[in-house]
Amino acid sequence: MRISAEDISVSYNKKDRIIKVPDKVSFEPVSGEVTVINGRSGSGKTTLINVLAGILLPTEGRVCYDETDIYQISDEKLSAFRCENIGYIPQGASALANLTVMQNILLPSALAGKDNVKFAEELLEMVGLEKLKNAYPDELSGGELRRLAAARALINSPSVIFADEPTNDLDDENASLILELLKAQAEKGAAVIIVTHDIKAQAYADTLYRMDGGKLQSYGISAKEKEDIYDTA
Amino acid sequence: MRLRALPLNDLRRKPIRTAALTVIALVLSAAVFGGEILIKSLQKGLASLEERLGADIIVLPEGAENKVDLENILLQGTPGYFYMDKSVADEIAAIDGISQLSTQYFLVSANAECCTAQVQIIGFDEHSDFTVKPWLKEVYDGSLKDNEIIVGAGLSTSVGHTLSLYGVECKAVGKLERTGTGLDTAVYTTNDTVKRLIQASADRGIAVLSKQSPEDVISSVYIKAAEGADIDELAISINTQIDGVQAVRTKTMMTETADKLNVISKSITVLTAVVWGLAAVIMLSAYYLTANERKKEFAVLRTIGFSRKQLSRLVLTESLITAGTGGITGVGLTVLVIVPFLKAIEQKTALPLLMPSHITVSLYGAAVILIVLLTGSASAALSAYKLSHIDTGKILREGC
Repeated sequence: MRISAEDISVSYNKKDRIIKVPDKVSFEPVSGEVTVINGRSGSGKTTLINVLAGILLPTEGRVCYDETDIYQISDEKLSAFRCENIGYIPQGASALANLTVMQNILLPSALAGKDNVKFAEELLEMVGLEKLKNAYPDELSGGELRRLAAARALINSPSVIFADEPTNDLDDENASLILELLKAQAEKGAAVIIVTHDIKAQAYADTLYRMDGGKLQSYGISAKEKEDIYDTA
Repeated sequence: MRLRALPLNDLRRKPIRTAALTVIALVLSAAVFGGEILIKSLQKGLASLEERLGADIIVLPEGAENKVDLENILLQGTPGYFYMDKSVADEIAAIDGISQLSTQYFLVSANAECCTAQVQIIGFDEHSDFTVKPWLKEVYDGSLKDNEIIVGAGLSTSVGHTLSLYGVECKAVGKLERTGTGLDTAVYTTNDTVKRLIQASADRGIAVLSKQSPEDVISSVYIKAAEGADIDELAISINTQIDGVQAVRTKTMMTETADKLNVISKSITVLTAVVWGLAAVIMLSAYYLTANERKKEFAVLRTIGFSRKQLSRLVLTESLITAGTGGITGVGLTVLVIVPFLKAIEQKTALPLLMPSHITVSLYGAAVILIVLLTGSASAALSAYKLSHIDTGKILREGC
């Protein structure tokens, strides 16, 4: 699936001043690759992926999946599209408190009208939550909640995955587990876009971007740098 | 995981919130349904009394207290008696414009061992009667024989069983339709039996309330005006031509009672409206506060792929479940309370109450449940809109 964002801007009114973050950003994440976007807080990273994920209407520009401008279709169609094609791991805890771990993971597939129990069990095993499948989110640790969010984002085998600070506040073991999982999805052909402060995540990047003042700049990362990061991790 | 189970899951995991919303719906439905049933029972009771009396004019001895006594007998079932000379009936019959005329004699049984209960005993003339027999629920064969009685629907004595009055075992051979009025607790019999009862009380040394025989006196005269006759003029004629009596138009008496009942009905309506308004405000506030608590949850649902419509539906379904459960339970509990206790309420309030038919009650129940469902969903509509139009990105970023 070809994803393209053209001249994306989101305007905010801040103290009687209109600011644009992102500001005229064009971006084409590649399927089968992990794209990492880093940058300071407030630089517009999360806003950019929200626009790309179809949950925030940009003030300017358009976002196309193949030839479809997702903001030109109805909310029902966009939501259905998001359900089947986009996996989103939000920042912080995002488990639905009224559902068990298993129900949380299965919810997107239920919404898509699929029965993915077997795959959900595989995912639970992959993220190490198989013993907690009947537990409720309030019984889980921070790391377990992030793993749950990752598993839920993958249940419909989406072609695009957005992860917003997926390793925030996690220990190295949990952080690596999630990053490995995302990398594996990219290897299966998904376009994985990670927004993070975490330097370790760069080691998993095929393409690296930096967001600064609403502008997106691409820069490479050498194999040596990656190795160094791995070693540090 | 079934999508349909999502609202139930949400409700189950928030038992206090769910219970509170359900109880509010229950109180609302019980108040609206109970109030409505009481009003309808009052209206039906009054209509039934008017229909039951079947007379255009009732003549009774002069004196305001006699009219009050008659109203008490008719509305509250408080036994009473008053008498006038029997010749009055012949004098009235001589006046033009009367189609039917029938006399009644009131006697009160003693509240003593000799009698099963203190009841209003009404001696009536079987041949001229047009106010008792048309309301027989269980019709007896032929005319009343000695010591045979017809009982009101409110008395527990069944047809074939006996009621002891002054030691005389009176056999019930007929039972009247329920009217929801004082007439339900009366016993009807012939004047001959009444005479026997008076004699029996004398024989047993019991002070009977009347020593006047139905051969000499009567308590009331029921008059049906001839077709085309002016009922008001007829009443005036009776009042002016015959001394010592008062002719009361049944409709006037009913209107006075209806006015009293209207005040009660209006009070119930106002009270119901207040409960309804309060419940709606409480529900609206509860859903609104809940909406603030649930923004993050709904933002997550949005990222998963829930459309605005699906999110609204989720909130509305939850509100329909709580309102429906509360509404149905409220109606059910009200039926359980009102039906068996209607008689007690009637006695306590001294009002003629006649429960509407099962079909009417069911229809009111369904309408009330619908009202509660609409109130619940209307109260949730604002939060449904709010939650389905959240700024997902902002909420996820800010985490609230």
